[in-house]
Amino acid sequence: MALTIPAALRDQLRQHGEATYPHECCGVLLGEFGEDGAKIVKSIQPCGNTRTDSLANRYQISPAELLRIQREAMLADQDIVGFYHSHPDHPAHWSATDLAEAHWTGCSYLITSVEQGRAVLTHSFLLLGQEENKRFEDEVIAVIAHE
Amino acid sequence: MPIKVLIPTPLRPYAGKQSVVEVTAQTAGEALSDLVAQHPDLRKHLFSEDGKLRSFVNVYVNDEDIRYLSKEATLVKETDTISIVPSVAGGR
Repeated sequence: MALTIPAALRDQLRQHGEATYPHECCGVLLGEFGEDGAKIVKSIQPCGNTRTDSLANRYQISPAELLRIQREAMLADQDIVGFYHSHPDHPAHWSATDLAEAHWTGCSYLITSVEQGRAVLTHSFLLLGQEENKRFEDEVIAVIAHE
Repeated sequence: MPIKVLIPTPLRPYAGKQSVVEVTAQTAGEALSDLVAQHPDLRKHLFSEDGKLRSFVNVYVNDEDIRYLSKEATLVKETDTISIVPSVAGGR
């Protein structure tokens, strides 16, 4: 299973991480689930980071903002398929905190490493299992030319 | 008219793959009880073993988080929409 994303949207979420550096950025991936669990990203929603106490190494999307995004997505016949955030001067890999705070199983969690203000790597991780035994698995990102 | 409960993506496999479930209730707590009565597999994903809502499960009645209203005793009416929104957070 892969996460398919248009190049323009991939670039946009990476640029979000550059814009918020040295703080973590965050946002929502909207799109569709395929029959086999594959996901196609159709749009992204940059969000505010409510962890103003620790912006450099923590992020949180306000549930109220998530609710609004979820409602708008349903009206547009789209689903929340995942989330993205950045790691300033840190690898594009999930941390223990990322896993502990992840609860949207079946969704993709994209992480971009932003080094000295420049986006470097973007990796995707699929959240699997149930709360007591959840895990991240590496996920292929299939980038397509912007339609 | 029943009350609509919006089911988030990760919980739909336990709600018959539905994104919306209709319940009959006077309070948010009753709505969640009716929801898990219809879909028992949802129970452990919404509630801990002591019967309390899991801390990362946010429940809204329209635009209001029930934590800031009357929690499970929050009154609901037929035109209300209940949304279940699991938290999104993390960091390096």
